Amino acid sequence: MKSIIHQLDKAFENRIRLGVMSVLCVNEWVEFKELKKLLDVTDGNLASHITALEKKEYIEVRKRFVGKKPNTSFAVTKSGRKAFEDHLSALESLLKHGA
Amino acid sequence: MASNQESLDALKDIKALMEKSSRFISLSGLAGVFSGIFALIGAWAAWWRTNSQVWVVRAQDTDLGTGEILQVDWSVVWFLLIDAALVFSLSVLVSYYFSKKKAEKVGQDVWGPHSKQMLINLSLPLITGGLFCAILFYHGLIGLIAPTTLIFYGIALLNAGKFSFEEISYLGMSEILLGLIGLVFKGQGLLFWGLGFGVLHIVYGVLMYTRHDR
Repeated sequence: MKSIIHQLDKAFENRIRLGVMSVLCVNEWVEFKELKKLLDVTDGNLASHITALEKKEYIEVRKRFVGKKPNTSFAVTKSGRKAFEDHLSALESLLKHGA
Repeated sequence: MASNQESLDALKDIKALMEKSSRFISLSGLAGVFSGIFALIGAWAAWWRTNSQVWVVRAQDTDLGTGEILQVDWSVVWFLLIDAALVFSLSVLVSYYFSKKKAEKVGQDVWGPHSKQMLINLSLPLITGGLFCAILFYHGLIGLIAPTTLIFYGIALLNAGKFSFEEISYLGMSEILLGLIGLVFKGQGLLFWGLGFGVLHIVYGVLMYTRHDR
């Protein structure tokens, strides 16, 4: 069973990162504010996990101004979606076969 | 390392977040049940008002199959319009009330991006249907109005269902089917109207309540 465990992506071991990916996979662009509310986390906490996912190029960031307010939105990248789906399949097979 | 329980919890979390973030899941089945009850009362009132009198006189059928309206008892028309408006606004109010309560429970905004998307997708076919029915009335095709409202309402639900529970789409398909059958059996408008807006709402409301509200 060791092989399945190796298929789990280290980038998704954290619940918040898993949450960010879940939300982004079923939406087009999601604002920082919206993510924060959905996941019920603090600004700093969310920002650090987002930076980690961004570094792996699993998500892309769009910054723009709505009026005078800066507005940051996120979307999942192609490789991010692939990585997340693989991670989910690995989780599922872990459940099926046990670890 | 990840145990079975951890994997299971993670998958559950993921599924819940995906639903909460992409669809309006605060719609309560009770909204359907109460809207259905209001519709039945409204249909009964309409029947009571129109049953005992001839309220519209039409010319003999023309080549279009329509009859020009010669004489209308406008008090009956107003009664029906106010009746329908009352049913509609009471249903909207009660739906808002139960959805707000459920939104607090599931941690979703009752007025968020998904409820907005759902409402826009619901209202465009509804407005089209409303205008369409006004035109039917103008042409004297009064018997077609009730089943036509069912068809447009069904299309609206089918359209809005993508942003909420799948039962909404099924309810929409049922309304369309019922409306089409109602068009065949002309003259039974109120019966079909009561079945569609009353009985179907109650049936699907109970179904949604047992599946998603508890």
